[in-house]
Amino acid sequence: MTELERNERYNKYVEAKIAKTHAWPSLFNAFCFGGIICVIGQLFNDMLLSIFPTMATQSAWTLTLIFLIFVASFLTGLGVFDKIAVYAGAGTIIPITGFSNSIASPAMEFKNEGIVFGMCAKMFVIAGPVIVFGTVASIIVGLIYLLV
Amino acid sequence: MLPWYEYLIVFGTGGLICMIGQILVITTKITTARILVLFELIGCFLAAINIYEPISAFAKAGINVPIVGFGASLAKGAINAVKAQGILGIFTGGIASVAGGLAAAIGFGFLFGSLFKAKTKKF
Repeated sequence: MTELERNERYNKYVEAKIAKTHAWPSLFNAFCFGGIICVIGQLFNDMLLSIFPTMATQSAWTLTLIFLIFVASFLTGLGVFDKIAVYAGAGTIIPITGFSNSIASPAMEFKNEGIVFGMCAKMFVIAGPVIVFGTVASIIVGLIYLLV
Repeated sequence: MLPWYEYLIVFGTGGLICMIGQILVITTKITTARILVLFELIGCFLAAINIYEPISAFAKAGINVPIVGFGASLAKGAINAVKAQGILGIFTGGIASVAGGLAAAIGFGFLFGSLFKAKTKKF
């Protein structure tokens, strides 16, 4: 067996062993999980408005997001969220649950490095850029509206 | 309660936004932080040019629950605060409008982060 043949066979073997990311099923999963999370949010929002009919729309949405954030943090703590996220991909990242998970997950992980520089600092590894970009963008939008 | 087809619209729009995210993940290997920032800024932009409201009226939770809604909320807050308070609104409006979600994410993150131990991840 020449070296070239051996390399070829080895490459084929590696190719067969590597876990493939199946593009189409992952798109389908992202669609379904993302859709379901949004429907859960809508159901909670409708339930809230039917219990408290006088509630302002904005307050109801904020409470809905807080509910989803609570559930996502709790599931992250239990370790269930990561298992779902393996299947759902962006389906759990893009909804507000991903933002919540991105805070709770490093908080748990870096706890053993200390409370201040471990947990509290590392909490914002992913959420930090989101907050910074969001704040800066809102300042820019506000500035533009003041000037225009 | 809304009629059933409204939930179908919510499911479809929410799913579509997540699917676009998944396409980006597959094709560009984009990281979680970048994808969240990107969709947040899209939301900010949509709200800034005043086309978020009609989309939101149609899609409801389908666009409010994704991080796009978080970004839009920041921009809307800034716009409304500037209209009401002038120059101060530039700085107070954005954060004030997402204060609930932000405080909840940090608070629950801290709470469950202290309560639970990280498990070894298996992929």
